[in-house]
Amino acid sequence: MSAYNAELEPEEYHEHHVPRTTYYAIFVSLMVLTFATVGLAFLNLGMFNVTVALAVAVTKAALVVMFFMHMKYSSPLIKLVGFAAMVWLGMLLLITLSDYLTRGWLMAPPIVR
Amino acid sequence: MGDAALAQAGGPGTVEVHGHSRLQHHFDTLGQQKSAATLGMWVFIAQEVMFFGGMFCAYMVYRIWYYDGYVAGSRELDLVLGTVNTIVLIASSLTVALAVNAASEGRRQATVILLGLTLVLGLAFLGIKYVEYASKFELHHAHHAAANVRLFPMAGFFHVDGELAPVGNQMRMFMLLYFALTGMHAIHMIIGVGLLLVIMWMAHKGAFSPQWFTPVEMFGLYWHFVDIIWIFLFPLLYLVNRHH
Repeated sequence: MSAYNAELEPEEYHEHHVPRTTYYAIFVSLMVLTFATVGLAFLNLGMFNVTVALAVAVTKAALVVMFFMHMKYSSPLIKLVGFAAMVWLGMLLLITLSDYLTRGWLMAPPIVR
Repeated sequence: MGDAALAQAGGPGTVEVHGHSRLQHHFDTLGQQKSAATLGMWVFIAQEVMFFGGMFCAYMVYRIWYYDGYVAGSRELDLVLGTVNTIVLIASSLTVALAVNAASEGRRQATVILLGLTLVLGLAFLGIKYVEYASKFELHHAHHAAANVRLFPMAGFFHVDGELAPVGNQMRMFMLLYFALTGMHAIHMIIGVGLLLVIMWMAHKGAFSPQWFTPVEMFGLYWHFVDIIWIFLFPLLYLVNRHH
């Protein structure tokens, strides 16, 4: 039986303790952004509607990742994994887009009933 | 395991439950053990990003081709229910974050209550999703029967006389992606509810202490990730084009 000894713990164990007010503030921000994205969808921004909607979604996701999921206070290794996930997703979407947006011969499948 | 022994584990400086250490033999310290668990969870989440990424990619390609069908399909969805569900899910993320906070401070009853609130909100989300699915089935059942297009809700958008509606086939692709994306999201929610019941039970039995509450924290990461998927699904499905 080994008693717990805080002094033996490596530094990462004593993690940053987030005050509850931070969580409430993030929640309020997420609510505001949710109503903002619904409201903005009713404005005609032309081709920028989808840009604005995605910018709001990315901001909301970033708030959740940074504060609710504690990424802001995580070790560099965890940050690297999160960053790598974004890079892979970026490769998947951007390289696919580079094909479909630039090559006229990749047409939509014909509509057959 | 005796309840008394489990309850004792909540005391400060204790990592023993019923003579069994929370520190597994292949780790040197609890800190190292927790770092390993957190890394594993984030690698899993990175994998999930790629899993959903494939479907988002399909959504993106067809959005370029079938924009008119996406606009028409998006307007078939109930914006009020979608918005309410977004609020419900974000609220559940808050309660999970607070539950992890409570567990880290050894507030056992608060942990159980906050996890319980998360469960209620999660089930509310699934209930609203059920109502949405049910209305889509009902609304378009007649169209199926008329056009002999079977099985899948919104498999075709046909007038009663069997004639294809404008952009009907494009809407079909939008709706297939809608059901695939929200369905896979809902499956993640259902798995989350199952995990939540286990974590709640453990919290109720006093299994967690400020020194060891890794399951609560890892569950929190999973739940927040599922929330993030919805944060993207909501504008991409419900808000394609709501103006004019």
